[in-house]
Amino acid sequence: MNRELLKFLAFSAMVLAAPLYFKGGYLMNVLVFVGIYTMLAIGLNLLLGYAGQISLGHAGFFGMGAYLSGVLTATYAWNPWLAMPLAAAVVGVVAFLIGLPILKLKGHYLAMATLGLGIIIYIVFNETIDLTGGPSGLSGIPYLELGGITFDSDVKSYYLVWSFALLVILFAVNLANSRVGRALRAVHDSEVAARVMGVNARLLKVQIFTLSAVICSLAGSLYAHTMTFIAPASFGFNFSVELLTMVVIGGLGSVYGSFLGAALLTLLPEFLRAAQDYDIIIYGALLMLMVMFMPGGLVRGIPDFFKMVIKGRRGAGNA
Amino acid sequence: MRIRFVTFMTMVVSLCITTASFAAAPIKIGALFAITGPAAFLGEPERNTAKMVVDEINKAGGVKGHLLELVAYDTSGDATKAVQLATRLIKDDKVVAIIGPSTTGETMAVIPVVEKDHIPLISCSAGSKITDPVKHWVFKTAQNDTLAVGKIYEYLQRHKQSKVAILTVSDGFGASGREQLKAQAGKYGISIVSDDTYGPKDTDMTAQLTKIRGSQAQAIICWGTNPGPALIAKNARQLGIRIPLFMSHGVSSKKFIELAGEAAEGIRLPSGKVLVADMLSKSDAQKKSLMAFVKDYNNHYRAEGDHFGGHAWDAVMLIKTAVEQGATSAASIRDQLEKTRNFHGIGGTFNYSAQDHAGLGKDAFVLVEVKNKDWVIVK
Amino acid sequence: MLFDQILQYCLSGLSTGAIYGLIGVGFSIIFNATGIINFAQGEFVMLGGMLTLLFLETLALPLWAAIPCAIAASMVAGLLFERLAIRPLRQPTPINLVIITIGGSILIRGLAMLAWGKDTHALPPFSGNDPISILGATILPQHIWILVVTVFIVAVNRFYFYHTISGKAMRACAYNRRAAGLVGIDVRRMVLFSFVISSALGSIAGLIVAPLTMTSYDVGIMLGLKGFCAAIIGGMSSGIATVIGGLLLGILESLGAGLISSGYKDAIAFIILLLILVIRPQGLFGKAESERV
Repeated sequence: MNRELLKFLAFSAMVLAAPLYFKGGYLMNVLVFVGIYTMLAIGLNLLLGYAGQISLGHAGFFGMGAYLSGVLTATYAWNPWLAMPLAAAVVGVVAFLIGLPILKLKGHYLAMATLGLGIIIYIVFNETIDLTGGPSGLSGIPYLELGGITFDSDVKSYYLVWSFALLVILFAVNLANSRVGRALRAVHDSEVAARVMGVNARLLKVQIFTLSAVICSLAGSLYAHTMTFIAPASFGFNFSVELLTMVVIGGLGSVYGSFLGAALLTLLPEFLRAAQDYDIIIYGALLMLMVMFMPGGLVRGIPDFFKMVIKGRRGAGNA
Repeated sequence: MRIRFVTFMTMVVSLCITTASFAAAPIKIGALFAITGPAAFLGEPERNTAKMVVDEINKAGGVKGHLLELVAYDTSGDATKAVQLATRLIKDDKVVAIIGPSTTGETMAVIPVVEKDHIPLISCSAGSKITDPVKHWVFKTAQNDTLAVGKIYEYLQRHKQSKVAILTVSDGFGASGREQLKAQAGKYGISIVSDDTYGPKDTDMTAQLTKIRGSQAQAIICWGTNPGPALIAKNARQLGIRIPLFMSHGVSSKKFIELAGEAAEGIRLPSGKVLVADMLSKSDAQKKSLMAFVKDYNNHYRAEGDHFGGHAWDAVMLIKTAVEQGATSAASIRDQLEKTRNFHGIGGTFNYSAQDHAGLGKDAFVLVEVKNKDWVIVK
Repeated sequence: MLFDQILQYCLSGLSTGAIYGLIGVGFSIIFNATGIINFAQGEFVMLGGMLTLLFLETLALPLWAAIPCAIAASMVAGLLFERLAIRPLRQPTPINLVIITIGGSILIRGLAMLAWGKDTHALPPFSGNDPISILGATILPQHIWILVVTVFIVAVNRFYFYHTISGKAMRACAYNRRAAGLVGIDVRRMVLFSFVISSALGSIAGLIVAPLTMTSYDVGIMLGLKGFCAAIIGGMSSGIATVIGGLLLGILESLGAGLISSGYKDAIAFIILLLILVIRPQGLFGKAESERV
């Protein structure tokens, strides 16, 4: 546990110091989104990496959080700090009610069901034009405010978003090492065995599904308030797939892996921009190569790689 | 294998770093276009045109001694990316003005960024809410949907047709068109008897058209961009629908005729004048600009210049005109833009003012019809 | 009036559904042989249409020659995909395989975009464009082609899987890969086969539908998704059940668009799908089977 705490403190220090390095350049802005995506990836990772349940519809929960916050504050002039927990609560209830029947399904049937769910939610954003503004989007969402500070610049948004992201990380790390986390891993390995051991597997799965949806909803609210404009296209099937990719590339079941995955997938297109029209090809190829050569994700692949390099050096030194 | 992979990664990264440093250039203009993704049909001609115009201006010695430098990024039609890249243009590339983005959604997302950092934005997207209400730093060159809808409704009113069916695509373009079609119907004494949508990736619209066939509609107005409307034209022909079919300016290019084939015959649509540039009378104020643009684009890209490219042409030329008036900073370019009068561009004749940042009148559109696989102007 | 409207909805739905079904069969064949949900399946549909266009226009072949060439080229693409992307995988966990196929689909789509540009292209119909009237509803000759080809493929599939050695071997792999390996079936070869066959099916679906719907580098995404749904409704069967699943989905969409709301038509189809899944998780026609621990 102490080691976990140390890791967390080191990571927090890095996060807090990063703005000094980037000095308000545009990468600051990109890092705001890395923070939001980290929350999303951790949310999905709880479900996928810990409980072993796939979801291809998490962009839907992200969108619900964003739209509930957005509509309540922009159209009905609610206080954003009130709208955010309410949005999370609504998303939680919805996820729980949907999770009850859906999580009985397994494997690709669950993938299908969550995919369908995501698409239905997306269509609702698109079609309820009077409420959400439809495909043209919803603008005029206020920035968040706290104690006289308006979070309207990249640096301020960065600290706001990352405070939430760090809380989520802390929570996820603790959860993983708790009784619940162990029960989850048991369900992951063998649901029947877990049941025999007295774990209420079904309820546990629904609970973790709900929890992961709530985290996504929070990320959605933050997204809405930092962008101040939202449109359904950001919450479609493609984004669900991107989230899944973040989690897997980062490393299943690893909290910091989710951060690595989110950071890589957000920053990679920025670096590939130099490749112009070839960027999409390189992106696809890198995705495949990474799964081939780092099947455990970045979080396991990077240390392995360094170990190999060190071993290689030693080998070379001996010879 | 792993080492090779990592070397490759480092190569990619270092490549990015080296290309990111630019030679110093007097006036930097940023551009955000959806060059890939679902809106690529907008972003690609826009990017091509902007590059072409900037190159030509520089070849001719620049503007008042200043060379122009264009920094164009691909947003892939994604609002989040558009915001990140707008920040990049402002913070890292230090541009004095931004052209684009290509779609209304991206533009709405970028507006808070440019307003915050005081950089003029000339959007290439059509949604009327971009400049209504007027935003201090935001202009647009694409014609409002309002004007296109008005053109069709005027025609229907003249021909005493009052019952229409509308079929719009469920993306930003279609939604904006649908809103205007519904909002303005009353003004022209038109009632909408059937209101349907289709998805941008749908492959069959016979269901919607069958429903419309069973309604009282005297005309069908379809609002979408390729390939949907071409599919609708074919489906309508399959179902033997005889009532007139109107399309939006979203498909006003030769591509539409090519895709819809025989089914395109007789279809009418409002279009920017670029489509029929050679048919315009000599007295038309825009004719000179239009012919120059069409010729240039053909020389550069061996393709027909369309009015999407025209939006970028107008945006670059508007900035050029502002610089000619002595503006070089973001604030002075904005002020000069607002003073633009009688600028005869591709999209129409622009007259910006403090109350109007869209700048175009009804004469920006002509109604055209497909006859013998080509466009003719409907009188 | 209402009758011929409903008939029209059903006929339109049938032909779209047949395409979903064909794509779904491709999904199922790979899934059964390997346990992989191949997210790149839609890209083979795109390749079918685009390659036909390539042989037809760029290489100026007649249609009857362009079609087999396009199918053959897609099969080569499927073979390369299996060899280069699937086989070298060190840890073929289901989730890694999902990401690999997603990466593959992005790659193939990107290559197609570079090769053919971002424009949509029209393909000529196989035999004329004159509508045929059936009891007040109309269809095009191409619709008949689609239905005939679908029936033909279902029949060929049936024959292959039940009456040929390699088909039976593939079925053995589907039931139990280890047991199949133990009785001397070359499982890896069967995996390769499954990719080649399903890329052929995907490209056939793509090229018979292209004259109706036109084609571009990105048509594969949506069609692939719908094909996946068809396969699930059919309980991942590689035969008639998946095709029926596709037809059902097509008709539901069409009826939903015509009778209820065109904006919500996909949502309607997916809600029904969800209901089917929750009530009958083994697919509409499958028998309940117990999950292995």
